[in-house]
Amino acid sequence: MQQIINFVIRNKTFLLFLLLFGLSLFFTIQSHSYHKSKFINSANFFTGGIYKTTHGIGQYLNLKEENQALIEENRKLRTIVFNLDLDTLRVSKIDSTLLGDHFRFTDADVFKNSYTLTNNYLTINKGKKDSIQQDFGVITSKGIVGIVENTSKNYATVLSILSKKISVNAQLKKTNNIGSLVWDGKSSQFVQLTDISKFAPVAVGDTIMTGGQSAIFPKGILIGKVEDFSLDIGGDTYTINVRLFNDMTNIGHVYIIENLNAKEIKTLQNQSNE
Amino acid sequence: MNSTTIYSILRFVLLVLLQGLVLNNVNFLGYINPYPYILFIALFPINNNRTLFIFLSFLLGLSVDFFTDSGGIHAAACVTIAYIRPPILKFSFGTIYDNQTIKFNQIEVGSRMVYFSIIVTIHHLILFSLEVFNISDIILILKKTLFSSIFTIILCTLLSILFSPKRK
Repeated sequence: MQQIINFVIRNKTFLLFLLLFGLSLFFTIQSHSYHKSKFINSANFFTGGIYKTTHGIGQYLNLKEENQALIEENRKLRTIVFNLDLDTLRVSKIDSTLLGDHFRFTDADVFKNSYTLTNNYLTINKGKKDSIQQDFGVITSKGIVGIVENTSKNYATVLSILSKKISVNAQLKKTNNIGSLVWDGKSSQFVQLTDISKFAPVAVGDTIMTGGQSAIFPKGILIGKVEDFSLDIGGDTYTINVRLFNDMTNIGHVYIIENLNAKEIKTLQNQSNE
Repeated sequence: MNSTTIYSILRFVLLVLLQGLVLNNVNFLGYINPYPYILFIALFPINNNRTLFIFLSFLLGLSVDFFTDSGGIHAAACVTIAYIRPPILKFSFGTIYDNQTIKFNQIEVGSRMVYFSIIVTIHHLILFSLEVFNISDIILILKKTLFSSIFTIILCTLLSILFSPKRK
């Protein structure tokens, strides 16, 4: 016993090093799998607060671009509204079941954004207090951004699509060929769409949007357009290089989507899997 | 509390804030970021006890991790360079270190740069290996390590010259 204690005292620096190194390795490995990076994230009171302060300072610098984006979005929405076949004069009251009340939107400001790492995160200013939870989708007016991973009372971290941890269900706009959207970690402008059948009529310039198969994003959120594509080694599927509509390096304002039917869909899928 | 302790605490807070708020957003040429916060580890007073030093390095790394949402990669890299600092000191400063009377602002720029280079390269290699976490992307790891190291070494040297007391 005496010898063991002596050993510990003699090597206490080395043992402390091993302990702390092991601990940080544990955190690292946890952070490399989705849903598990609970401990170390910037959605806490401290870093969230600091990011909030600095965001308050920097916010005014890109007000002009924000306004431009809002005007552009308004124009798009107006085009859609005025071209709808719905005659608003004759419908006396809008029936919510008719509209399909499946998705709830919340807006948020981005405090912090990264795009050079292997797994990139955004920090936003909405959290549990605004009933934001894990697995909510995050988009901008131009297209997809990511998925909420961690929430605290006032803040949340969003796992960007520029991450090797997630793949999002996506499809070609003109046909229904689905595939999954992944990132190769190289450029913040491009993501890759894999598992598209080789019989799909892919052409450069085609639009890619989210497919309806995930319970996170509604069908039809824009992602990007086809830059180039190639058959993968097996020769059965295409791997498509997709140029994102969003400039991931410059994201100011986002919308968070809550799928109100997500729970029901998941339960149903779990039942079918059993 | 003597002035060295206060200086160390100030340096810790300032370097973490500088890293988290400014230098993580540099993204020079798309992906090159400097990490000069490890100046805290490089310039930590030598005569202090090593247990505290290693623990503080861990905290430093973890604070940066909180800002970058990166799990424990900075903490792991920081703990490692803190643990292997004595041999590096001995290698870069030779006999001065043996006398235990080292004062970082009295060392000439040349050997200080050698010292920074070794520490920064080891730190960045561990950092990017853990960040990419994929052995098949070894070229990417080495590329990131090389370019970020150059950037960090230059910044470290400049910062340490800028903020050292006048030599006389």
